[in-house]
Amino acid sequence: MTAEAVLIETTWTEVCPVDALAREQGVAVLLPDGTQVAVFRTHDDALYAVSNVDPFSGAAVLSRGIVGDIGATPVVASPMHKQHFDLRTGVCLEDADVSVATYPVCVCDATILLGQP
Amino acid sequence: MARTLVVVGNGMVGHRLVQALRDRDAEGGWRVVVIAEEARPAYDRVALTSYVDSWDPMTLQLEGAEFTDDDGVELRLGDPVVIVDRESKVVRTAGGLAQSYDALVLATGSVPFVPPVPGRHLPGCHVYRTIDDLDAIRDSAARARKGKGRGAAMVLGGGLLGLEAAKALRDMGLSPHVVELGPRLMPLQVDEGGGALLKRLIEGLDVTVHAGTSTSSIEEDRGRLLAKLSNGIELDLDLVVFSAGIRPRDQLARESGLTVGERGGIVVDEGCRTSDPDIYAIGECANLDGMVYGLVAPGYSMAEVAADRILGGTASFPGADMSTKLKLMGVDVASFGDAHAATEGALDVVFNDAVKGSYKKLVISDDAKTLLGGVLVGDASDYAMLRPMVGRALPGDPGSILAPSGGGGGVGIDALPDEAQVCSCNGVTKGDIKHSILEGGCADVPSIKSCTKAGTSCGSCVPMLKQLLNACGVEQSKALCEHFGQSRAELFEIARVTGIATFSELVAKHGSGRGCDICKPAVASILASLGNGHILAGEQAALQDTNDRYLANMQRNGTYSVVPRIPGGEITPEKLMVIAQVAQDYGLYTKITGGQRIDLFGATVDQLPAIWKRLVDAGFESGHAYGKALRTVKSCVGDTWCRYGVQDSVGLAIELELRYRGLRAPHKLKSAVSGCARECAEARGKDFGIIATENGWNLYVGGNGGMMPRHADLLVSEVDKETLLKVIDRFLMFYIRTADRLQRTSTWLDGLEGGLDHLRDVVVNDSLGLCAELEAQMAQHVDDYADEWAGVLADPQKLARFSSFVNAPGTPDPTITFREERGQKVPVLLGIPEVSAR
Ligand code: SRM
Ligand SMILES: Cc1cc2nc3c(=O)[nH]c(=O)nc-3n(C[C@H](O)[C@H](O)[C@H](O)COP(=O)(O)OP(=O)(O)OC[C@H]3O[C@@H](n4cnc5c(N)ncnc54)[C@H](O)[C@@H]3O)c2cc1C
Ligand code: SF4
Ligand code: FES
Repeated sequence: MTAEAVLIETTWTEVCPVDALAREQGVAVLLPDGTQVAVFRTHDDALYAVSNVDPFSGAAVLSRGIVGDIGATPVVASPMHKQHFDLRTGVCLEDADVSVATYPVCVCDATILLGQP
Repeated sequence: MARTLVVVGNGMVGHRLVQALRDRDAEGGWRVVVIAEEARPAYDRVALTSYVDSWDPMTLQLEGAEFTDDDGVELRLGDPVVIVDRESKVVRTAGGLAQSYDALVLATGSVPFVPPVPGRHLPGCHVYRTIDDLDAIRDSAARARKGKGRGAAMVLGGGLLGLEAAKALRDMGLSPHVVELGPRLMPLQVDEGGGALLKRLIEGLDVTVHAGTSTSSIEEDRGRLLAKLSNGIELDLDLVVFSAGIRPRDQLARESGLTVGERGGIVVDEGCRTSDPDIYAIGECANLDGMVYGLVAPGYSMAEVAADRILGGTASFPGADMSTKLKLMGVDVASFGDAHAATEGALDVVFNDAVKGSYKKLVISDDAKTLLGGVLVGDASDYAMLRPMVGRALPGDPGSILAPSGGGGGVGIDALPDEAQVCSCNGVTKGDIKHSILEGGCADVPSIKSCTKAGTSCGSCVPMLKQLLNACGVEQSKALCEHFGQSRAELFEIARVTGIATFSELVAKHGSGRGCDICKPAVASILASLGNGHILAGEQAALQDTNDRYLANMQRNGTYSVVPRIPGGEITPEKLMVIAQVAQDYGLYTKITGGQRIDLFGATVDQLPAIWKRLVDAGFESGHAYGKALRTVKSCVGDTWCRYGVQDSVGLAIELELRYRGLRAPHKLKSAVSGCARECAEARGKDFGIIATENGWNLYVGGNGGMMPRHADLLVSEVDKETLLKVIDRFLMFYIRTADRLQRTSTWLDGLEGGLDHLRDVVVNDSLGLCAELEAQMAQHVDDYADEWAGVLADPQKLARFSSFVNAPGTPDPTITFREERGQKVPVLLGIPEVSAR
């Protein structure tokens, strides 16, 4: 999705104050339509958001995975069976045919906002 | 135009031929059509038994078996060839395909021989050759299990394959009987002395061996099978597996008028050509010089020869190495060269250690200079070294080679000449491997494997590949992961000596990048072993695996389980009532575990604190079911009640559990205390287990249940309690310092240089002068212990992590639902979401 599309069509949900999300940790967010999203903050204070549902087990647990890097790729490891997902694209490192949806995320007035296209 | 090669059969050998041909046919002179009876691409039949571990056929599939990116190969699966019409050079399949050929290779393998025992066609009678056979056996076993307790099975035939089948049956939860007509197990490979030991070791593993007897009949008997043996024994069974040898599948050849051997097998010359010059036969269906080979290595040689001939070469069969090495239910068996001393004037040197359970025999030439062959049972660690030396001068006197302490005695990798075969499955010499390392740039085992094919079949030569890498000066990576070049033990020492107490500092100074799910929990565990406060304090929270991070075990639907500590398994009715009440109030599925405590399942993240508050208020503590930490110290009843008990096992178990609770280690730690030698607490299956004697306590270490069971070894005997605690303190801390990540004490001890004797030297005789330090470190742990759950409940910041949604705390996860089974709730299986392609 292009940046432009994001700006035009996205609705934003307030997640939490930036400080409530520690570095290299994740939180789960419930969107108005019941979708669950995992929001992560990496060591460099970048924010990423991907679907919270682990596509391999169906459990909504990705926010509870370990955040780190593989090569130079920022990743979260599913706490269920340890597959890694590229936080930028949602693509699974072990199986490029599998990916999780990604969401736009930004900070406004020290609050994390999560976008839903 | 390319000519057409048709290959009938897509087993291990047929596949090797196609690979060899494609590798060498640079001009694309041949188009290959593979026609196969089995419905799946070539798989590793040698490893068939391991299918039972995962029931996933993909784990067995051979590399490149699908030929997806090779247009020159066409695979036709699940459609056997029924006619070879040599006149018009066409093969016809059961599915009606007619395929013409310029050259034809028969690689049809063999079928298990089923002796004409009455009843052999009854349901529940199987053979053991293909993945489909195993699936069928599994179905029978499952049907058996639905009935009563443990099912029983009979394997007819006690050769290599019969014992493999017995292992598979045992792993499926059946108790196997092996019936062998010959005088001993594996009569072809093992001599009498080795056979006797093999029988003893195998019987120790819950397999009943009936040698020297045959099966008279099999009958149906009230839904089960009844086998009558010729020695009068009758066996009640749930299933039978026939494994009484193999017969070459030469029917196609017979029917089309090719020459077949007297006892079967398609006759071929040393170029693997049959009596028709356009037709080749290779693998188990071929008869070369009157021999039909039932092993994969000779088959692979034939595949290479046939490929070369088809491409116009002149290769010929180099002769076969019939050596075998197996690990049958954990029992090593190896035979190589002239194992039965058939060579004229050959001499035997036998080393039989009944106590250790090891039998070794070398067969040497009459002048005692040349090694001709040998048999190893119980401990085959010398096999990899000895096999390549067959036909060569012995490096030392035979006695010293077999001496138990030497680990191969005087035989080292250096003693081998370059032309010695290191990998006999694939015919790779020491020289080939050295070349791949020194010239080809191979720096680890996987690259040697893909470069030379060595180590890709039975795997028994892999230890030698590692040694060769070392010998060539290539250091093996012991790196924890891509972020740390150090091993866990080295990182432990760095953290201990420098006092670095955060992951960030450690990775900045001694690693690279930001870490991953391998190094973060490993470092978290090291920091916890060294006593760095609560495991969720500050940055540490982000390092923990989910179980540690939420102080509970994650279940398949994302909920968690709750396991309060019940030291020694002793609990008051009042405390039982608290658990019951909590379980009822939160609707938790409740189960008595195999570790003498109670597990409550189905709690959501946000319920965990409230549940634990109730438990902590009632005096419970975390049971660390989630941590790589001390789990339980099981106990038997002990002398307080039991009429056989000689010491208070419950008292000691409680004391040990309270002493070591919360201790974080490279892997989980389990213990047990039995009040007498009857061993009701199964202490010898534990990382450290204690058995009472009249005069004190025996301490056993390095035991394991689980995937690779191992009995613990006796470390000290008949010591008083004070000494016992000291030795355990030192043992545990020594393990924590030096083990690899996720290495149980069992594998650690097996890999420890010098083994048990060295361990005893260090932790009993203080040979390294470490004991005081190890004890002090444990004393520190005991002093610093605090309940982790109480720590969370007392800290609002830590509590804040236990929330379902950061923007909607208290809203339950909508994906979690339950249904009822046997009066309790269980998770509704989750649909796997549709995977969005990129
Ligand atoms: C609950 C329990 C089964 C039961 O209902 O009886 C159990 C359940 C689990 N076991 Fe176990 N094991 C349980 C006793 C055992 C035993 C028997 C024993 O301890 O007496 C063994 C064999 C003994 C041994 O460990 O040597 C055992 C061998 C394993 C293994 C294999 C370990 C190995 O070295 O091969 C694993 C996997 C691992 O740890 O990596 C495992 C892992 C697991 C995990 C943690 C799997 C996971 O990560 O989710 C299960 C978590 C359950 C949960 O959520 O609470 N469990 N597990 C038992 C808990 C006992 C307790 O009170 O703490
Ligand atoms: C349980 C087990 C353990 C073993 N362990 C070892 C070991 O440790 N070491 C060792 O060296 N060897 C071992 N072996 C033997 C080894 O697996 C064989 O030597 C090897 O698989 C032979 O390969 P092959 O290609 O000749 O025959 P196979 O692998 O049997 O392949 C023949 C294929 O041809 C197919 N076929 C037959 N007829 C037709 C037809 N008319 N049309 C089309 N397709 C047809 C068959 O379905 C089969 O798939 C073991 C075997 C088993 C069963
Ligand atoms: S054996 Fe242990 S790990 Fe396996 S399913 Fe049962 S409880 Fe889980
Ligand atoms: S000897 Fe079997 S793989 Fe090398």
